[in-house]
Amino acid sequence: MEFFWQLMINGLSLGFLYGISAMGFVMIYKSSSVLNFAHGELLALGAYIFLAFMMWFKIPAIPAFIITLVLCFAFGFLVERVFLRPLIGEPLIFVIMLTVGLASMMKGAILLLWGGNLYTYPEFIPQTLTLSLGGVNIQPVYNVSFMLGVVFLLIFGFFFKYTSQGIFMRSVADNQRAALSLGVNVRRIFALSWAIAALVAGMSGIVLGVINGINVHELSAIGLKVFPVVILGGLDSIAGAIVGGVIIGVLESFTGGYLTPSLRDVVPYIILVGILMVKPYGLFGQVEIERV
Amino acid sequence: MLLLINNISVVYSDVIQVLKGVSLSIEEHNIVSLLGSNGAGKTTTLKAVSGLLKPENGKVTDGEIIFQGEKIHNKAPEEITRLGIIQVLEGRQPFKYLTVEENLRVGTATRPGQSFKDDLELVYHYFPALKTRRKMKAGYCSGGELQMLVIGRALMAHPKLLLLDEPSLGLAPLVVREIFQIIKRINEEQKTTIILVEQNANMALQIAHYGYVMENGRIVMEGRANELRENPDIKEFYLGLAPDGEGHSYTDVKAYRRRKRWL
Ligand SMILES: Nc1ncnc2c1ncn2[C@@H]1O[C@H](COP(=O)(O)OP(=O)(O)OP(=O)(O)O)[C@@H](O)[C@H]1O
Ligand SMILES: [Mg+2]
Repeated sequence: MEFFWQLMINGLSLGFLYGISAMGFVMIYKSSSVLNFAHGELLALGAYIFLAFMMWFKIPAIPAFIITLVLCFAFGFLVERVFLRPLIGEPLIFVIMLTVGLASMMKGAILLLWGGNLYTYPEFIPQTLTLSLGGVNIQPVYNVSFMLGVVFLLIFGFFFKYTSQGIFMRSVADNQRAALSLGVNVRRIFALSWAIAALVAGMSGIVLGVINGINVHELSAIGLKVFPVVILGGLDSIAGAIVGGVIIGVLESFTGGYLTPSLRDVVPYIILVGILMVKPYGLFGQVEIERV
Repeated sequence: MLLLINNISVVYSDVIQVLKGVSLSIEEHNIVSLLGSNGAGKTTTLKAVSGLLKPENGKVTDGEIIFQGEKIHNKAPEEITRLGIIQVLEGRQPFKYLTVEENLRVGTATRPGQSFKDDLELVYHYFPALKTRRKMKAGYCSGGELQMLVIGRALMAHPKLLLLDEPSLGLAPLVVREIFQIIKRINEEQKTTIILVEQNANMALQIAHYGYVMENGRIVMEGRANELRENPDIKEFYLGLAPDGEGHSYTDVKAYRRRKRWL
């Protein structure tokens, strides 16, 4: 039973991370209908920037973490400005192909700078963060991951529900023409979605890097799990992304624990195919309001 | 003169010419009605003013549009809205998944960071029905409520010039009457200049000061609203009233000829 809870809690906290980084992916999709194939590389980028600050510049973990997130945010903004904006108005398939190209470029740049070896961060999460709940020991990194998940969820919940920029972002996702007619700066919203997506992806990249070590191939493969997550959650639903992430995380954890670790990375894709066959719009896709 | 449209031509996708030399002049604080049948080019005219032609691959290829002395044709909608021109789109177009109040807040996009509490109260003052629905998703509102919502949403932007595209579309006569009364009050109390595009010529000419009639991408008639209401052609083609004291079949032939002259 303890083993069960152990797996459950690990799965939940990982799943939270998947969900939050998938949220970034969904935001880009909702505001501009672009599927971002560079999601995994954004994840890796966060992990490597953090690594650079920790190892090269020897900056303490918390400031390094914050600086990394700021840089990821800026990078996302820049990507939209430099690469995607010129393609506004062109067929979507071009834009999506561009993200594929972007993914290779980023991967290439990371390989050039760091090579393909597996790195690990110096220990920075204090062991005192180990939590003992009725005999179940939760490792510090899973604790931290869970807390980060909750904090980010609250921040984004507040942002989308109450701040003007958040409401403008949702308005663009909802009805772009109407948003344009009211003077919403739609291009800025696209840029902001990319910035936020890069930020949340970078954040998950760091935590996954702590758990699995840092390797560009592995991290970008993990990033691809965003597809099963969003298919499960419904491509157009931010809340669905979180739920989808949690489900995938827990299933992975159980598969790894009870069946065989070699299957755990396959499970999300089995689910993906299964769901696509029965419910192509995802389990939690936004309920279409028909009456208008 | 608040807005001057000077002999503009509009072309979509570089080949489809829709407007062929349209000129309008809009006096400040007036309601100016733009009438015409389906496909006449009314919506296109509004979009030329608001800049919303651009995302539809349309362009003003000739002539000019001058707002408060500044040339605005082919500018981006982000710029034009910030000058105080807001278009309320045909067919309402709410943000379905946002609540009524969130919809209204999007109306503040042209002046981010400024307080909007008073503006919300102003909109609720004109449209009390919206206040009781404020927490409801807009997608569940009725047609009348939605029309109020999108007009209210535009008001949040403090428009100097409001472009209303067929606010009566698909609404019950009583609701239309109510909404037109409110449009008139907004014009009088907020001093908002309004261009009102309508199929419902009868209602439109009751609240408008001036009117234009458009057919096939051209202005075919203009005049003060009370004069247009009395004009026999308008009466027949747009108000649906038969001219007095003439035999029916004879009128039909004559009307056909008269109408043909216009087109
Ligand atoms: N994006 C577009 N691309 C090509 N042609 C267009 C486009 N939008 C409108 N048109 C054409 O321009 C003409 C005028 O359209 P417009 O929408 O301005 O008419 P309208 O007077 O508003 O009509 P209605 O009363 O039906 O709304 C129509 O023939 C229409 O087919
Ligand atoms: Mg129209």
